[in-house]
This record gives sequence, C-alpha cells and structure tokens, in this order.
Amino acid sequence: MTVQDLISRCHFTPVVLADPEREVSGCYVGDLLSWVMGRAQAGNVWITIMTNVNTVAVGSLADVSAVVLAEGVTLEQPVIDCAEARGVNILSTDLPAYETAVLVHSVI
Amino acid sequence: MSEHLNFHYNVDGENFVSAGQASVQVKKNLRELGLPPEVIRRVSIAMYEGEINMVIHADGGVADVDVYEDKIVITLDDRGPGIKDVALAMQEGYSTATDSVRSLGFGAGMGLPNMKRYTDDMRIDTTVGVGTKITMTINF
Repeated sequence: MTVQDLISRCHFTPVVLADPEREVSGCYVGDLLSWVMGRAQAGNVWITIMTNVNTVAVGSLADVSAVVLAEGVTLEQPVIDCAEARGVNILSTDLPAYETAVLVHSVI
Repeated sequence: MSEHLNFHYNVDGENFVSAGQASVQVKKNLRELGLPPEVIRRVSIAMYEGEINMVIHADGGVADVDVYEDKIVITLDDRGPGIKDVALAMQEGYSTATDSVRSLGFGAGMGLPNMKRYTDDMRIDTTVGVGTKITMTINF
C-alpha cells in the first residue's frame, strides 16, 4: 500500500504530497513529539493534531510514510513550505484521531 | 586513528520554532554518504532530542557528528545550568520543561530516554552551573 493508495482508500486530503509512492506500514497516533520519536516505526502513518513546524521535523526524522492531520486541523503556509522542502507527506481529514486510526487499520 | 568525517553545528538557543535544523542537515549528509536508513534514523532522532534539549534548557550550544568506518559519534556541548540529578532526568516522564515548551509538543520527559534508546552508548558529563556534554555512539 502506497501513500497514494491510502489517500484514495481513506479519502484523505493531500496537503503536501512529496512522495506518493512511499510504502505505508502500520500506524502510530500521538501528539507528544518525543513519544512519537520513541515509539513510531519507520514507514508508519502518524496521526496527530499537532500543527507547528516541529511536527514536520519529527515526521522527517522519524521517517514516517505520512503525517495525517486529524480533526480537520490546518497548517500555516510556512509549515507547508517546510514540509515541501523536507519531502514529508502530509494528509488531512475531518475525522477524529480514533476514527482515522480505525480507518487506516481497515485498509492497510 | 582512521580518517573520519566531521560535521560541526552551532545550535541557536533563541530559535525554538526552527530547532532541529542541525539534525535535518545531519540526516541529509548521512543520506549522501549512503548509510543504512535505520542508522540515519537513529542518529537523527538522538541528535534532534539533544538539540531540542539544548534549546529548551541551555540557550543553545555546539554539536559535532563524527562519522567513522563503523560508528558515528555525536557530541553535544552546552554551557547551560547542568543536570542536578542525572538518574532522575533519565526516567521516562520526568521533565523540567515549561508549559510553553509543552504546548509545542515537547517536555514529555522522553528526550534523554530516547537518546539512550537509539544509541549504543551514551555518556553524560554534567556540572551544575557549568554545563553539560553528552557523547553518544551508534555502531553499525
């Protein structure tokens, strides 16, 4: 399953699609950045409501396949620019984090 | 002593929002060297946690990444307040970060434990009122 497939199957909105062919494996949910860095695996989909620029850095360093912003939260333009520059996939959905995770689980 | 590559960074203590620039640059450099993705991931996360700590607690510092044939050594050196109780600081969940830091998603008390988790060896030399030097080694 690629990030592009995930978007189609889950009806996520692509915010930054830097690497649509990236393989997706597993999922991690959390907003405390060090927990994400300590627990998320490379290739995971990371579901969060955190929207500051550090989210992009953590997504990149933890090497997640995509960040999914839940609850309809939005990014400011500088954060989008940063994600584009660092090649981090960012998707969004209006669903709450739990329902997003259930949906991701059902398709991967 | 074999030849090795050194990357040196000044970590800006003022700029919390853009903290992590050194780690991102390290990730890029290590990718260009063709190191395994899991090694790059471990190095860049350990370094990022250290960098964030230097910004939160020590008003910045200097970071060095030395790449050898079979290992990477990360050295983080600051002139911050020092760590009063290293054993306590190493406990998951213990943090002295402020609420404003926590609102950005940090300050969960996982920084030092993560640095230990992702490295094969970690040494903390700290003196209260003088500063802290952390040396981390990742073998591959």
